[in-house]
Amino acid sequence: MPDSSGSNLPGLLSRYQDRILTDWIAAQSDVGVLRADLMREAEIRRQSRSFLTHLIAATKNGLNFDIESDQWQDVRDMLTEVTNYRVDHGFTPTETATFIMALKQPIFECLRDQFKDDPNTLVNEAWSATVLLDKLGLYTNDIYLRGREDIIQRQQQEMLELSTPVVQLWDRIVALPLIGTLDSSRAQIVMENLLEAVVESKAEIVIIDITGVPTVDTLVAQHLLKTAAAAKLMGAECVISGIRPQIAQTIVHLGVELPQVATKADLQSAFAHALKRTGVTFSSR
Amino acid sequence: MRPEQGRPTRGGTDRESDGADAAGEVIPIHTGADVSRVRRVATAAMATIGASKIETTRMVTAASELARNTLEHGGGGEMRIAIVGRMSKRKVEMTFIDQGPGIPDIHRALTDGYSTGGGLGLGLSGAKRLCKEFEIKSAPGEGTIVKVASWTERP
Repeated sequence: MPDSSGSNLPGLLSRYQDRILTDWIAAQSDVGVLRADLMREAEIRRQSRSFLTHLIAATKNGLNFDIESDQWQDVRDMLTEVTNYRVDHGFTPTETATFIMALKQPIFECLRDQFKDDPNTLVNEAWSATVLLDKLGLYTNDIYLRGREDIIQRQQQEMLELSTPVVQLWDRIVALPLIGTLDSSRAQIVMENLLEAVVESKAEIVIIDITGVPTVDTLVAQHLLKTAAAAKLMGAECVISGIRPQIAQTIVHLGVELPQVATKADLQSAFAHALKRTGVTFSSR
Repeated sequence: MRPEQGRPTRGGTDRESDGADAAGEVIPIHTGADVSRVRRVATAAMATIGASKIETTRMVTAASELARNTLEHGGGGEMRIAIVGRMSKRKVEMTFIDQGPGIPDIHRALTDGYSTGGGLGLGLSGAKRLCKEFEIKSAPGEGTIVKVASWTERP
């Protein structure tokens, strides 16, 4: 019986639920996405049955192809859970999407049996099923990508926090070894960490070591100058070390001047300079 | 510190491009991460032609400046990179293209310390000094194209 949206699919799904489920699991096996090596069969069965139940519930008041609507909330939640489970268990995004799309075959077979004398309806219903299952299959792909993006963002955040340690080298001398790219958001964190360290360790000399910064362009230079100026306002002298030959040449060609900042070729020289400035002397015994 | 104008101007100087179509790669520039990618691609290209450390650093720094200009002044765009020429004459060519507001006065934009963006005002002029070849085309309302090239001298 056609429902309010004129489709026979919802009725057919609930009537042949058991047959569709059995055939679907067989179809998953046929197309090679029933990965018994990654997931126990009982779990595959549970996920398949659960999806089918939710699909029937979501369509029982008529077919609605807008899978972002409220009606599809439970199915979306279920797909999110299934996708995340499968990602954790080593399925590829294609395998997860194919898991949903493999449902077409048993549904088409039911449609064929039901409408073998009515090719128009058969084609229409098959088309509806295709559109719907494609959307749901692709939705799992979106979830997969969203998950990846979350991971990338989290890692970026973690890298920002990890990559700017302030090291106390001596009484009143701190060093800040920079590694990687110094973009604006990182420069901000570097400056904050450094100024806090100036207060905490009562630092008089702050060494910023840029040995690990591959490119010093005008933006990086500007960040360094600002950091040095801020440190100076707090009464600390800033030394920039780790200026390799190619960086020195590049800075000169760029026309950047570092008038108020002492610079040294390596951390060792900068440390020696700092010891001298703070009046530390060593004597041999 | 004065603001930085880094936009090259179209309609200004320069010869036609000569063969940047050979095995090129196009890098879109729409975020800060794309600027990093431009640097990485430029580094790899310079390594391919066997450029020295100094040449590589100069070219990559120029690429960084120009990519940031494309992003900040041009409102985003793209970088095309290609290795042209043969054997020891190979060079890396990079072209930065945007459809931004363009540069009304290229001469001024190339003056040290002139900036419209709050930077040091050295990006565009610095990039010019860092590369062996530098061409700029820009006009108000017509976006900007900057083409640079570099190579390593060999005996």
